[in-house]
Amino acid sequence: MHFPKDLFINIKKPIDNAIEYMVRNWGPIFDAISDGLRTMLFYIRSAVEIIPWWLLIALVFFAAYKTSKTSKKLSSAILYSALLFFIGLIGLWDMMNATLTIIIASVIISLLLGFPLGLLVAQSKRANVIVRPVLDTMQTMPSFVYLIPAVMLLGLGNVPAVVATTIYAMPPIVRMTSHGIQQVDAEVVEASKSFGATRFQMLTKVLIPQALPTIMTGVNQTIMMAISMVVTSSMIGATGLGSEVLKGINRLESGRGFAAGTAIVIIAIIIDRLTQSLGMRKEKA
Amino acid sequence: MNDLNEQNDVILHVENLSMLFGSRKTQAREMMAQGASKDEILEKTEVTVAVDDISFSVEQGKIFSLIGLSGSGKSTVVRCLNMLLTPTSGKIFYRGEDISAYSADELREYRRNKVSMVFQSFGLISHRNVLENVAFGLELRGVKKEERIEKAMEMVNMVGLSGWENKEITDLSGGMRQRVGIARALANDPDILLMDEPFSALDPLVRREMQFEMLSIQEKLNKTIIFITHDINEAFKLGNKVAIMRDGRIIQTDTPEDMTNNPKDEYVREFIDSADKSQIYYVKSYMQMPDCLIHVREGVQRALRQMRNHGVSSAYIIGDGMRYVGVLPLEAAFQVRAGEITFQDAIMKDLETTTEDTQISDLMPMAANAKYPIAVLDDEKRLKGIISKAAVLTSLI
Ligand SMILES: Nc1ncnc2c1ncn2[C@@H]1O[C@H](COP(=O)(O)OP(=O)(O)OP(=O)(O)O)[C@@H](O)[C@H]1O
Ligand SMILES: [Mg+2]
Repeated sequence: MHFPKDLFINIKKPIDNAIEYMVRNWGPIFDAISDGLRTMLFYIRSAVEIIPWWLLIALVFFAAYKTSKTSKKLSSAILYSALLFFIGLIGLWDMMNATLTIIIASVIISLLLGFPLGLLVAQSKRANVIVRPVLDTMQTMPSFVYLIPAVMLLGLGNVPAVVATTIYAMPPIVRMTSHGIQQVDAEVVEASKSFGATRFQMLTKVLIPQALPTIMTGVNQTIMMAISMVVTSSMIGATGLGSEVLKGINRLESGRGFAAGTAIVIIAIIIDRLTQSLGMRKEKA
Repeated sequence: MNDLNEQNDVILHVENLSMLFGSRKTQAREMMAQGASKDEILEKTEVTVAVDDISFSVEQGKIFSLIGLSGSGKSTVVRCLNMLLTPTSGKIFYRGEDISAYSADELREYRRNKVSMVFQSFGLISHRNVLENVAFGLELRGVKKEERIEKAMEMVNMVGLSGWENKEITDLSGGMRQRVGIARALANDPDILLMDEPFSALDPLVRREMQFEMLSIQEKLNKTIIFITHDINEAFKLGNKVAIMRDGRIIQTDTPEDMTNNPKDEYVREFIDSADKSQIYYVKSYMQMPDCLIHVREGVQRALRQMRNHGVSSAYIIGDGMRYVGVLPLEAAFQVRAGEITFQDAIMKDLETTTEDTQISDLMPMAANAKYPIAVLDDEKRLKGIISKAAVLTSLI
């Protein structure tokens, strides 16, 4: 039994039309966004490249040393800096910088948009009702789907990659921020009100500091999501390690794919470790 | 003239206050007017009548106890007094001003300067240390850092937490946390202190201590206090006036004496009778660990040194596994050192002991004759703690 054909409705066409409409009429807006992102990427790239390779390795060494448990401070510091050194050894240092640039840009934008949105969702029932399903959709929709409109609106290259990555990476910070704020002890909130806190004082002196460990978990998750988009976003022209993997696939060069893949894993491990301990240290204080 | 004076003394006046929770209030009101019971109203309209048309006045510098069973509406009333909850109807006057007519700014000023609240589970901010919590209200008011630290220190000292000012909240015991809560409330120098079951979360011994502390602070600062409790003993001990609530209404407001002598109805009488019944306290709640606990193997020198260090005149001697041996009095210890008697002979082994689940009132005769705090043992003769004569006596006050 087939589904009766006369019941079909066409939802592809309206979506195509909408995107086309945007491309045709909102061009200047997307051009402005595009220019803005390109400038941002340029500065981040310059900043990333200014750091000498040995300095970055040293920084990772110290950060890992500082944030590890006392018993294995030295071993984890050595491990993480050695892993980073290994990326240089296999000739992927510059690729890594290109990838880091996209990740950093996406994470910055995700946090700048996602954190205030999380605060809003935590405090307004209506915002919650609207934003939550959107977030769920953003997170469960296969990430390839974003790639098409991103390309149509912004062309190929790093700029649409940043947009697609941002859409994918933003939900955790929104979710964790609002979750953290909502789970602040009701009596503490009541007490602050009873002492005459304004809304702003309540946010800055009570809610955000109390929710900070949870918010930090959100930051960590957002970064990890951004890293997980590296290969996908290379399909629309993102440069760096992701495009190396893609080339490996296209040319059936397993070695190339594995080398770049390993570098991505190393970046993920190092960043995950360092941002996780950030949240934990805050929790203790 | 006399009348005027009395008017001046009233700092807080509550008039026909009602509070309904739920959305179908109009329908609920109609049912109330027809004399429907609260349960009926809740069932039909899903509206809870938490406070039902209550009125009372609180005089300047007095402690007003509000007492009632769980769910009788006490917390709701007290939250209306600083507008954490907006009353459904009725008026609240602070020195003659209707606070429900306050603008947002006026309300904030009222909360910052005139009225402070102490919470049952303390409501302390866990990422701030003791001093920062105490200074919180001042910080909200924009008081300069040095000034607020100074003022907060003064409050920390007043509630007996000197030396604890830089500790984290999580390092403190329940009693200490509530001291911080009280210091925080006092730091704003408010006219009125609202206390919603401030001592309910504390064990009896600490609770008594805090009641005493509160009375002595009140003596010094002469604040007006609205004190919520569900413990009639506490209400009578602390309150100049006591109001008994039942199902959202105040049944009787009187001084403790007048209420005891003239209970308005059977419910009030039962409540007051329960005061005596609830006076059953067990040793467990009042015992402490001895300052000076010595193992038989440690010998007399260590016992002497410990006694001197703690300034006590007896040491509790135990064997392996906390097994109780006896009490070593200071004089006997000196005799041992002088070689007059042996260590074993110096230990008093036949003193009376008690158990954790003994009622304090049954301990009275023993305590009256005891020279040293009485040892509390379990079934296996292990030492669980000691209970002093003073603790036994004060528990009966
Ligand atoms: N926000 C609310 N929404 C709905 N009902 C509420 C709300 N707050 C209180 N109530 C109801 O109002 C009634 C009075 O509650 P209230 O907390 O004032 O009682 P209480 O005397 O303080 O009790 P307790 O000793 O348990 O603290 C209860 O039936 C309670 O369920
Ligand atoms: Mg209550």
